[in-house]
Amino acid sequence: MSENRKIKVLVCKPGLDGHDRGAKVIARALRDAGMEVIYTGIHQTPDDVVNTIIQEDPDAVMLSILSGAHNALCPMIMEKLKDNGIDDVLVAVGGIIPDEDKPILEKHGLMGFQGPGTELKEIVEFVKTNLKR
Amino acid sequence: MTEIDEHKTLKPKKGERQESFRNLSDIEIKRLYTPEDIKDLNYEMDLGEPGKFPFTRGAYRNMYRGRLWTMRQFAGFGTAAQTNERYKFLLEHGQTGLSVAFSLHTIYGYEADNEYALGEVGKEGVSIDTLEDMETLFSSIDLSKISTSMTINGPAAILLAMYIVTAEKQGHSPDLLRGTIQNDILKEYIAQKSWIFPPEESMRLIVDTIEYCAKNVPQWYTISISGYHIREAGSTAVQELAFTLADGFAYVEAAMERGLNVDDFAPRLSFFFNAHNNFFEEICKYRAARRIWAKRMKNKYNAKKIESLRLRFHTQTAGVSLSAQEPENNIARVTMQGLAAVLGGTQSLHTNSFDEALCLPTEKAVKIALRTQQIIAQESGAADTVDPLAGSYYVESLTNRMEDEAEAYFEKIAELGGVIPAIKANFFQKEIANASYKYQQEIEKSERIIVGVNDFQLREPCSTPILKIDDQVSKDQIDLLNKIRKNRNNEMVKEKLEKLKIAAQGSENLMPYIIDTIREYASIGEIVSILKEVFGTYDEDSIF
Amino acid sequence: MGYEALIDRLLKGDTRAAARLITIVENDIVAAEEIINLIYKHTGKAYILGITGAPGSGKSTLISTLTNIFVEEGMKIGIICVDPTSPLTGGAILGDRIRMKKHFNTNNVFIRSMANRGQLGGLARATEDIIKILDVYGCDIVIIETVGVGQSEVDIFRSAQSVLVLLVPGMGDDIQAIKAGIMEITDIFIVNKMDLSGADRKVSEIMQMLELSMNFKYDYQNTNQKSANIPKWIPKIVKLNSKTGENFENLLEIINEHKAFLKETGVIENYHLNRIRNETLQILKHKLTKKVEGLIHSNTQIDEYIRLVMDKSMDPYSMANLIIQLLGIE
Repeated sequence: MSENRKIKVLVCKPGLDGHDRGAKVIARALRDAGMEVIYTGIHQTPDDVVNTIIQEDPDAVMLSILSGAHNALCPMIMEKLKDNGIDDVLVAVGGIIPDEDKPILEKHGLMGFQGPGTELKEIVEFVKTNLKR
Repeated sequence: MTEIDEHKTLKPKKGERQESFRNLSDIEIKRLYTPEDIKDLNYEMDLGEPGKFPFTRGAYRNMYRGRLWTMRQFAGFGTAAQTNERYKFLLEHGQTGLSVAFSLHTIYGYEADNEYALGEVGKEGVSIDTLEDMETLFSSIDLSKISTSMTINGPAAILLAMYIVTAEKQGHSPDLLRGTIQNDILKEYIAQKSWIFPPEESMRLIVDTIEYCAKNVPQWYTISISGYHIREAGSTAVQELAFTLADGFAYVEAAMERGLNVDDFAPRLSFFFNAHNNFFEEICKYRAARRIWAKRMKNKYNAKKIESLRLRFHTQTAGVSLSAQEPENNIARVTMQGLAAVLGGTQSLHTNSFDEALCLPTEKAVKIALRTQQIIAQESGAADTVDPLAGSYYVESLTNRMEDEAEAYFEKIAELGGVIPAIKANFFQKEIANASYKYQQEIEKSERIIVGVNDFQLREPCSTPILKIDDQVSKDQIDLLNKIRKNRNNEMVKEKLEKLKIAAQGSENLMPYIIDTIREYASIGEIVSILKEVFGTYDEDSIF
Repeated sequence: MGYEALIDRLLKGDTRAAARLITIVENDIVAAEEIINLIYKHTGKAYILGITGAPGSGKSTLISTLTNIFVEEGMKIGIICVDPTSPLTGGAILGDRIRMKKHFNTNNVFIRSMANRGQLGGLARATEDIIKILDVYGCDIVIIETVGVGQSEVDIFRSAQSVLVLLVPGMGDDIQAIKAGIMEITDIFIVNKMDLSGADRKVSEIMQMLELSMNFKYDYQNTNQKSANIPKWIPKIVKLNSKTGENFENLLEIINEHKAFLKETGVIENYHLNRIRNETLQILKHKLTKKVEGLIHSNTQIDEYIRLVMDKSMDPYSMANLIIQLLGIE
């Protein structure tokens, strides 16, 4: 768009799982790649996530879920985004996502699925190449 | 087709394959250790016989020649009935103690139908709402015969109350009960994040359980002071050692402030450590921990009983070290980690299942993990003599070094005013965040090699069968909860909750009041809500 | 090009439109000019509070509590949280939102995180524009939060009607840590965590400092000579606990007192004049810097001057004067 354009990314942990090590490491890596990262912390309900997306208007959203709650939480977040007319934000989910869940999540428009052991530069590249605006 | 990446060549120096060798605590390892490195070591004062002060060589005289460590596999998923089946399976296969993993909503004190429980019910552990679930969980298991470890912190007092009442219904008095509640809230603020109330109020509940158990449940371990989660959050081994022991001393001080005699409660404190990849570093960590605890308990807190000075611990192999790539490699990792724990003198051990980076463990994976322990115990010979590595120049010198580094951390914590002020100043959180980011970067730059992850990668998709918890669990649990809400005496529930609230506003021990609400089938969510009204909640700052 | 539709929605209080317009003005000064040109006539309703303090002084908790009170009174609140950009990577972690969660899931609170993007990013310029958007969006109060470390953050506070600085007992020399320029325009000093020992000492430290500096606020901002006649607000000091809410009513009272002071004494008019003057200065700085930077790298006349300076036939000051003539400012 112009002179000052920075990629703005929301990193958040929906659900109750408190394992935020991965999310924080990713937040730092994205920052070190020159992005502006909003970190919302743990225990975000789908409404919290969507409300934050509306107000902060990020280019990308990285959800981190390790508890197995992704099948319940992610589609709900995507539905609520759609209800609010938001379709130009990259939404990715990482953590522990079994292969067989991926097609369902993909159908809801989610991407990514970075699991344990994913290299940070791979995640940075992923964000850069999959932005929707 | 698979192919193996060419091994990445590292820059050699003076005929060595790396520029420097550093362990996970960033301590530089020398090429050779000699008598010079331990010339100041005094056998009696620094090591001592196993079972004697300062316990560096082991908590007990005979160690595993007397009795093997307790093989305790952490398990819990779905509904209480499903987990009960798994427990019976494990007991049939030779496991000697139970270890309960709770569902996240239980850990945070929410009922299964709370908005925060959405998608979580039974996913990471067993879902418990009321006494009824606890009774189902231990159905046909005699609570006077086994020891049970419950990984629960924020609402530990409530789950302990449920256990006591469940035993009571089986016809056993509380003094027969053996087991542990984790009940270690300080490491929640430091690392694991599942607190409910603010630190001061949480400490009150913990001292309540210590005081209550000292009188009524004397065989119960009231806190399992845990470094495991600190390590999982990304700390170094030294940080795990230092922060965990600092927490331990903070509990001792809190209980002494309540007026309890140190020798009345200290024997019922136990520890829980991680077993990570660096074999010798881990062994030295356990040895240093025993020595630090014994010295401080004796010299600073004037403990007299030998049981107060003796640090006992449970170990779990490092979940964070498991790779999702080539998950079978994890079996080898777990074997070495388990062996380190045994050589370090653990009292009980959980070996992780190789598929845990992918999902909750399947039955087959759980069995291999248990078999790994049995092979270490029966086939390796590691259990045949006590502390076989003592006297090694390297091991003794590294043990000393870790003790010194831990002492330096104790000083920093004291400068900040103690553990709780240091938590509020985000001291631990910052230290851990920095260590974890550094570790990750070392892996990215291939300065540390994780086989199958950043070196020797096999390019083939993995196909590990996985265990899934379906959403029926959530529906079943909510139905059950609604049934209980309908069938119990709701007037009595309300009355007992009100009494608990009044007690919470004062300074009485809350355990008897909690037990009274449990008997009426008050749910964990109701009890926690009432306590939140009095205690409030706690938010942390985000730390990077 | 075509911001009218978004602005239409903004005027109707559409949250997504406000958020998107903020993104645009933050990133694109050319677009910002067009947008501000279209909305400027609708601005002027919001009261602007600037809040700063060292990390750990409890800013977010204070803002949470204040916001709750304002929302209960039926007001709509905008909050701009500014965090520093890493000078090494140009990235930033914006973590203030985490402390203002949950209860803010209402339509009456709009929180926006922002990186300061260093000196060159034109933070003060962008913040001014964002304040205007939130003003038009319908916010009764706009709160700006920063850690108050850089000059550009001092400049932001010149847009605020009331400037609040948070200090904590025993946090070392936080008075020194806060950029001096902010101290000089502070209206209310808050000593948070009043139950800690050392709270009274902190109060006397502040009083000492105030005596030394004798309230610069309105003199400092004013470039015209008539400022001697303008009534001066003597900065107030409040002790409170932002977590428990203890003594909060005192703070609210003093904020209202300050509001009333501005209005009744007519100082508010001076505030507006100064704000516009300052804003204009920021815009000019930004534009002229761009222009000069462009010029210095690509102008053949300047290349010649540089050679002259190198040959010692001219000195750099004289060259600068010639360039200013070239720009046609003098």
